[in-house]
Amino acid sequence: MDTKKSMSVSTRASDPQGALTESSAGLLRELVAHLRQNRTQLREEWARRITRAELLTAMTEEEIFAEATAVYDNYVEALETGTFEALQAYSRRLSERIIPRGVETDEVVGIVLLLRDVLARSLFNKYQDNVEKLNRILDSYEPAANRIANTVAVGFVEERERIIRQQQEAIRELSTPVLQVRERLLILPIIGVIDPQRARQLTEQLLRAIRANRAKVVVIDVTGVAAMDSGVANHLVQTVEASRLLGATVIVTGLSPEIAQTLVTIGVDLSEMATVGDLQGGIEEAERLLADRAAMPGPQAGREPGMELTR
Amino acid sequence: MGEELRLPIAADVDVVEARQQGRALAAVAGFSSGEQTVIAAAISEIARNILMYAKKGEIILSLVQNGDRQGVSVVAIDQGPGIPDIERAMQYGYSTSHGVGAGLPGAKRLMDEFEVDSVVGRGTTITMAKWRRAI
Amino acid sequence: MEVPILRQGQYLIASIQSALTDADLSHLREALIAQVGRSRCRGVIVDVTALDVMDSFAVRTLRDITHMARLRGAETVIVGIQPDVAFAMVQLGWTLKGVATVLDLEEGLAFLDGRTKERVVESKPKKPSSRG
Repeated sequence: MDTKKSMSVSTRASDPQGALTESSAGLLRELVAHLRQNRTQLREEWARRITRAELLTAMTEEEIFAEATAVYDNYVEALETGTFEALQAYSRRLSERIIPRGVETDEVVGIVLLLRDVLARSLFNKYQDNVEKLNRILDSYEPAANRIANTVAVGFVEERERIIRQQQEAIRELSTPVLQVRERLLILPIIGVIDPQRARQLTEQLLRAIRANRAKVVVIDVTGVAAMDSGVANHLVQTVEASRLLGATVIVTGLSPEIAQTLVTIGVDLSEMATVGDLQGGIEEAERLLADRAAMPGPQAGREPGMELTR
Repeated sequence: MGEELRLPIAADVDVVEARQQGRALAAVAGFSSGEQTVIAAAISEIARNILMYAKKGEIILSLVQNGDRQGVSVVAIDQGPGIPDIERAMQYGYSTSHGVGAGLPGAKRLMDEFEVDSVVGRGTTITMAKWRRAI
Repeated sequence: MEVPILRQGQYLIASIQSALTDADLSHLREALIAQVGRSRCRGVIVDVTALDVMDSFAVRTLRDITHMARLRGAETVIVGIQPDVAFAMVQLGWTLKGVATVLDLEEGLAFLDGRTKERVVESKPKKPSSRG
């Protein structure tokens, strides 16, 4: 790292062949100085343009100005140093702040493009008498400005996606509640569409709950499940088997006539599965199993699927 | 993503080591603990396969990326006798040695990608991968 | 890594402490079956709480232990299968049919108490209160 830096410095100092790069670097320096000098005026102009374009409407003018200042400074710094880490980190933090307030992707892209425009206009004004220099300045400004716009927009989109993923995860957790009705009895009401991803999550959740609650009986109610293909049905069978490995008996309730027909037609092996018509009946059956166990743990044990023991 | 872990397989402790390393790598890739267990079990099967048929070989673990999906890749290489009839070896319940006969087909079931490349007398390479579920 | 086998009353308790190699598993099976005969115990508990992976060999060994112990007059119960491990097992179709599995050691002891009582009840129907 250090070697590289000192090498480039010595090139600049002693090698006239490096004049072209040096002049481009010099231009960028001049540009940065210009942006620093006119900081107050330019960011005010930018904030005005943001308000006029009706961007960031969820934020107050003071907030817009504060963020504009921070973005501006990070922007100039990125131009000066050619490194984007600070800008990246800032745009991530900015996104974290503004996404919960409903700021949309097009607004963020919009404000960065506005800044690019404000700065370009200011360069036009400064160098309008020297078109050749203006062109060279713009040549060194544009690639950097594009990269900056890109960095901020991508940072925002990534943060947004992360939040969406988090929310989806949270919704999934909520949509598969494992309820403890009484000691050692869990109920898992499944509602809605089950895809393989959700089915897997559901099973993992249930198995952990069995262990955490030391459950002996689980009632899985599928009344709220509209349709079941062979994949989901096999998954249900696996859930029953995995629960047995943890010592819990599963009772499935609420299989609709349509689903029952489908399952038999596609040949899912449900022979190992205890099924009861409705949730109420399932809970009664579960209570009976638990009562039997409490009264006579031994003799009943062998007959329960959860304690299967063949001779 | 250039991380690559090469683990020699020559004794049954190496099988344990390989599946533990595989689990750790799966955790780094962000797999749920349930999926980590699945990946570790699959590694255990192919590592034991090396031990049983080729006596020694190597397992190579690495993180892989496909677009925005992350995954774990497992490659098992040996210079053993090779598998004469791959199709038969991949049938569930088939095994020429002990075990529940679920070695390779078991691993295949657990992973998203599974490929066997084997030349009799030269050796076997098994390549498998599991991807994190896209949301 | 050797698995310690404790004797408690008429039961043997093998409590796995860490990941096991195939050789360790085979050794555990042989040691258990030998001790079942020697000590004429009625029940075997294998505690697998410490196993975070169960592959085909481990599953096979647990099944073998159960069947062999049964031939030697003892019931076996596997306790402590981790939720994630159970899920991976069933995805492979290894459901341990014919093998008793319960949540933990406490449940395992209760289960064996029930089983051995039942056996006594079956073989000596006139004296249901007596035990092994």
